[in-house]
Amino acid sequence: MIQITLDDLDDIALGATFLGTGGGGDPYIATLMTRRAIAANGPVTMLSLDELADDALVFSCGNLGAPTVAIEKIMGADQPPNAVLALEKHLGRPADALLAFEAGGSNSMMPIYIAAMLNRPIVDADGMGRAFPELQMVTFSVYGVPSAPMALASEHGDTTILDIDDDARAEYIARGIAIRMGARSAMAAYPMDGITARRVAISGTTSLCQAIGDDLRQSRAQNREPFAALIEMLAGTHYGHAKVLYTGKVADLLRETKRGYAIGQVTIEAQDGGAALEIEFQNEFLAARQGGTLRAIVPDLICILDSEMAQPITTERLRYGQRVTVMAVSAPPIMRTDKALAVFGPAAFGLAEPFVPVEHLD
Amino acid sequence: MRGVAGTGLRLGIDVGGTNTDAVLMDGGRVVAWHKATTGRHITDAIVAAAGAVLQQGGAAPDQINAVMLGTTQFTNAVIERRRLNPVAVLRLAAPATTAVPPMSDWPEDLRAVVGHHTYLARGGLEFDGRPISGLDEAELCAVAKDIRGHGIGAVAITSVFSPLDAEMEHRAEAILRRELPPETCVITLSHRIGRIGLLERENAAILNAALSGLAGDVLGAFTRAIDNLGLTALLYISQNDGTLMTAAHAARYPVLTFASGPTNSMRGAAVLSGLADALVVDIGGTTTDIGLLLDGFPREAAMTVDVGGVRTNFRMPDLLALGLGGGSLVRNGGTSIGPDSVGFELQQRALVFGGDTLTLSDMAVAAGQMALGDRAKVADLDGVDLALARAATMIEGALERVRPSATRLPVILVGGGAPLLGGDTIGGGQIVRPVHSQVANAIGASIAMVGGECDRIFSLDGLSRAEAVAAATDEAKALAAEAGADVASIRVVEMDEIPLSYMPGNVTRLRVKAVGDLAAAGG
Repeated sequence: MIQITLDDLDDIALGATFLGTGGGGDPYIATLMTRRAIAANGPVTMLSLDELADDALVFSCGNLGAPTVAIEKIMGADQPPNAVLALEKHLGRPADALLAFEAGGSNSMMPIYIAAMLNRPIVDADGMGRAFPELQMVTFSVYGVPSAPMALASEHGDTTILDIDDDARAEYIARGIAIRMGARSAMAAYPMDGITARRVAISGTTSLCQAIGDDLRQSRAQNREPFAALIEMLAGTHYGHAKVLYTGKVADLLRETKRGYAIGQVTIEAQDGGAALEIEFQNEFLAARQGGTLRAIVPDLICILDSEMAQPITTERLRYGQRVTVMAVSAPPIMRTDKALAVFGPAAFGLAEPFVPVEHLD
Repeated sequence: MRGVAGTGLRLGIDVGGTNTDAVLMDGGRVVAWHKATTGRHITDAIVAAAGAVLQQGGAAPDQINAVMLGTTQFTNAVIERRRLNPVAVLRLAAPATTAVPPMSDWPEDLRAVVGHHTYLARGGLEFDGRPISGLDEAELCAVAKDIRGHGIGAVAITSVFSPLDAEMEHRAEAILRRELPPETCVITLSHRIGRIGLLERENAAILNAALSGLAGDVLGAFTRAIDNLGLTALLYISQNDGTLMTAAHAARYPVLTFASGPTNSMRGAAVLSGLADALVVDIGGTTTDIGLLLDGFPREAAMTVDVGGVRTNFRMPDLLALGLGGGSLVRNGGTSIGPDSVGFELQQRALVFGGDTLTLSDMAVAAGQMALGDRAKVADLDGVDLALARAATMIEGALERVRPSATRLPVILVGGGAPLLGGDTIGGGQIVRPVHSQVANAIGASIAMVGGECDRIFSLDGLSRAEAVAAATDEAKALAAEAGADVASIRVVEMDEIPLSYMPGNVTRLRVKAVGDLAAAGG
């Protein structure tokens, strides 16, 4: 059991941007919200999965909506807690702990915010281990925990419970409601007990965000190369393998809207003129190829960082001429099983290649 | 109707913290230029600089078609927390946005100056134009009374999604006006100065309101100078994006001048070199700013920009600042340069001026590249070639990062430290050294155009993408014409599309910027 204090938030946000693998939304506003909540109500207790009681009731929390709306219509202060309270009321029992469904991007911060507002602990775990574009792309779904009953809340205090036994239908209908709520809904879903959480959640991802953020910040402050220390730190986690895939400059950028996603490709060229690296993205970076050869593919993490500042770069902030370092990180084993790959492996994104672990690729 | 570009005489003025420069321009040609010290009285400095160029150029005041002025006065005021007035901050959004009240992310010293009078009232729009909640007239009346009770003379009003539809900000202003008449209170509406991004736009509106007192004084000083000089032409002020606004508009929206200094410098480099697409290297005393000109305009930064510690989303040029300039300290036999600099003390501390500090300027003088001070004082320096080569390598590395593609763009070299970089090429690009580059800012001001921008979210249900783009383009062009552009000369210089990801349906945010020549200035 550890305490999350004000001093930890910037590191968690920075690490969450890294795990966002180009998507997930900027955690800036969520961090401001959380800073205020902790300043008013005190630190938040964080439990490891092992510290959860077997019969503890755990909810997964986050937001549903469009990042472009998120920068304009900020949440109501009570909106995220209201989703949790609505689900508690529906189940007739308070939640014992909250966890993130998405450790990457702005959703990483929401359980911490709600925990500070409602005085609940959070669990050091999540359901994506990174960011993904669709709600059902969580290990909870993969390993048989239904998303429903779930609660959605608007800023007006309106809440709704969805009791839908098929996750794809639940996602579809939840998104429809989210649009009517102004493309910004707070959500509490995937109610489960402690035993189940230990089986289906990706452990340690909030503290991992903090460790990544700490490494990037310290290397910046000390003006040293950040990537070696990051690779060494990740080697000690269940993510395991990390490496620098490529260093170069953004030479081309294609971006378009399809099916409501930011879809495109970024081409990075090395200074020495070797074969360029091409990275395909759908909100998040999906696959990296060099001279027709696969270098890394989803669900393994592909992260683009500014070479100078080691700041992770999101797809909407990619620009021609940026000097970047591309890192690939192996996803933890729980995200690489056949069941998991069926939900968020290459085929789920329409990619032709089968999944090959990044440590087996050159 | 006569467009300004290419015809008639114009006066370009740059009022910086240290120097006030003036140029007399005939089309793209520099007729005369002058540098004066800004000092304590802006009016005197402008009269000195502009009077000198009129005299040199043999021009009568009534021959001047337009006066264009760029200034860093307002940026400096925010950075130095100087002459800012208290502001009442009204946000129309409740019950949304209560998780992050106004000024949550402001530095404490700036909040202390601007005050803690914030109101989060009902109002605001959803992304599709529906109200979040209706305006509550009684609530706003109470807010207005409270503001009046505190004697606050400036208000910033920000409504959610006002860049889509500003009606709520206008209605709230009208309600507040019942208690707060224009004689006692300045009201800034956020949609006038910012784009989508609530906190950044609200911050800009608050800073704008906080500068309203100073804006009146500074613009008054500008106008007095123009009068004292006997000029009859209209006065225009440079904006962040390299376009112009009227003096009356600048008095109401001083924040729109925040980045005009570097923008004018780059636009000046474009006109002096005759190049529309190029890299610009501006070598000053302490830093070198490197930017990219595309179609004659600086590439804008994609990231948010901090002004005095406050996050904003102004249209700022995307500049890379390198800790290298004429005053940079040289150490280790020439292998180490900067980032510290003797700065404005160059004339006391550099060796060529009899000082005791080895600077990069001393090296350039020793190499015969730069004429400054007494060359005899640096006749026996070691490591001259090494230091100048090191400086060139640093600049080359930075250029490599700014260059948009493998294309070898020419490199325009401006600024007082330009002679530090020798040779004809750098990183494969031709070096262009325009004359008069020491007054590039004032020249950039003098050639500025007027523009309009549309930044809106479009739903593509029942509207084709082409129709949406056409609607956004028409709106941007109409705004440019409204701002005073010669209609025939208006063209689109920028178009961005950001799909609203994560949502089904086809919703997209379009940003279109159009600019044109100033129409028949000076009447």
